[in-house]
Amino acid sequence: MSVWLIRLVIVGGFFAFWQFGAGTVFNEFFFSRPSAICGQLWDLMASGRLFYHSAITLIEALAGFACGSAAGLLAGIVLGRNEVLGKALDPIITIFYSLPKIALGPLFVIWFGIGIEMKIVLTATIVFFLVFLNTYTGVRGVSRELVAIMKLMGATERNILSKVVLPSVVTWVFTGLRLSVPYALIGAIVGELIASNQGLGYLLSNAAGQFNTAGVFATIVAIVVMTMLLNATVKFVERRMMPWQDEQATREVSI
Amino acid sequence: MQKNMQFSREDRGQMDSAGATATTAPRGSKNEALIRFSDFGKNFGKGAKTVVATRAINLDVLSGQFVTIVGPSGCGKSTLLNAVAGILPPTQGQVIYRGAPVHDVNRRVGYMTQSDHLLPWRKVAANIALPLEIQRKPKAVIAERVNELIKLVGLDGFSDSYLSQLSGGMRKRCALARVLAYDPETLLMDEPFSALDAQLRITMQTEVRDLCLRLGKTVLFVTHDIDEAIALGDICVVLSERPGTVREIITVNLPRDRDLRRLRSDPHYVETTEHVWALLAPPSVAQKGRVA
Ligand SMILES: Nc1ncnc2c1ncn2[C@@H]1O[C@H](COP(=O)(O)OP(=O)(O)O)[C@@H](O)[C@H]1O
Ligand SMILES: [Mg+2]
Repeated sequence: MSVWLIRLVIVGGFFAFWQFGAGTVFNEFFFSRPSAICGQLWDLMASGRLFYHSAITLIEALAGFACGSAAGLLAGIVLGRNEVLGKALDPIITIFYSLPKIALGPLFVIWFGIGIEMKIVLTATIVFFLVFLNTYTGVRGVSRELVAIMKLMGATERNILSKVVLPSVVTWVFTGLRLSVPYALIGAIVGELIASNQGLGYLLSNAAGQFNTAGVFATIVAIVVMTMLLNATVKFVERRMMPWQDEQATREVSI
Repeated sequence: MQKNMQFSREDRGQMDSAGATATTAPRGSKNEALIRFSDFGKNFGKGAKTVVATRAINLDVLSGQFVTIVGPSGCGKSTLLNAVAGILPPTQGQVIYRGAPVHDVNRRVGYMTQSDHLLPWRKVAANIALPLEIQRKPKAVIAERVNELIKLVGLDGFSDSYLSQLSGGMRKRCALARVLAYDPETLLMDEPFSALDAQLRITMQTEVRDLCLRLGKTVLFVTHDIDEAIALGDICVVLSERPGTVREIITVNLPRDRDLRRLRSDPHYVETTEHVWALLAPPSVAQKGRVA
């Protein structure tokens, strides 16, 4: 109860200060004020622009997310189960992993133009590495003892893959997917910031270009809402796919 | 590596293994060993870093025998089990199973280790069903067999539970049911109960011994606990420190249907454990007698 009270006081105080400090304590031009932001948000929604641009960004993020995670999953399993190949490609992967993928944006503009494809590729590249690395770690983490025990039971590589590797990797994959959600949006939005004429990133840079601070904040609010919705979706799917984790979470703590 | 020297070479402590096993043969298996270690040795690593885990092991295990292997940690006990399972190839000698050298994965054996290696995303029944699924048994057959096994190991009423809802002992029972599911003729057990508390351990020991005798399993049971080794074994193989060699093969003259809870007062049991304690204690300690 008191937690909520503290929260209310801090958040309420912050917004009150913002609302009434604007124009007196600090310059409204740079910081806008909550009422103006709400107004902008309303305008954006009423005109339908918000939904149009959000849909574009969402499509880019989801398409990139789907391609990137599928490729990451596949690569993680193949390299994780194939020791020689994994070892051979390890340094190359490390190099690519160290590279900030955003830096590839301009290159992708040259290759794919400023349309939706370029954002999808950028997002997919970012998501690929997150999912790949988590999957790879998960596959590598499968107990060799367990694999040996299963071979004694007569298991083939396919049995091992379907009955042990894939299920035990699910946890890792979901960690990768959950991490990827915000990055997928970052990929799409940064892609739009680099070059675009649609999407939330475009809305953001457009408002900033016109020194419309309220518009910038309104777009940021929209981005936050979208991220939270996506996160909630992944969490929901995760819970449906891994019911045994729920049992673990609700179990009384004992060591 | 130097301290290996303090222990005798295999020629001192090692008894005639064939002679020792012959007297305890539980059923007349026509003196042909089911498992035979023939001058078995295993090194790990190459060049200067070579670790001689175990060497010159000669041991016969008869069908239906409950054999315990005891020795200090790192003396190659797990290595021996791995060799029987065909997971580790020998450096010297060979392991002969049913008359043929073990080359590949040996599907006639089942393995149980200290950590139970159950699958947390499967419920108890599905865990036990794993080997049957691998054998592509029909669903109805699997269900029936799993039911039997659940009763056999005393997990009635838990078939629909996730592992996170089970206690340590119940997980062991589940692992035991799983390994019994595909009915391997030999069970390799690597310190399966060392993580359990004393009460639970003696319960599980009793059940495993009784079950294995009843089902006619041949068992190689590894432990570093001398009391456990004597209590469970028909014969007990005592290994030296690394590189592990057979110091002595002890015939445990306790009844086959022994009551593990009463053993503490059995003179033969006490005498035998004392003997093994003395064998395995470092020389300085050995002089002062048994120090726990
Ligand atoms: N896979 C391996 N690779 C390298 N060394 C190993 C391996 N397995 C065991 N060893 C070494 O061999 C020795 C015997 O190991 P192990 O059979 O596990 O002993 P125990 O089970 O008696 O404790 C140890 O010194 C261990 O370090
Ligand atoms: Mg061991």
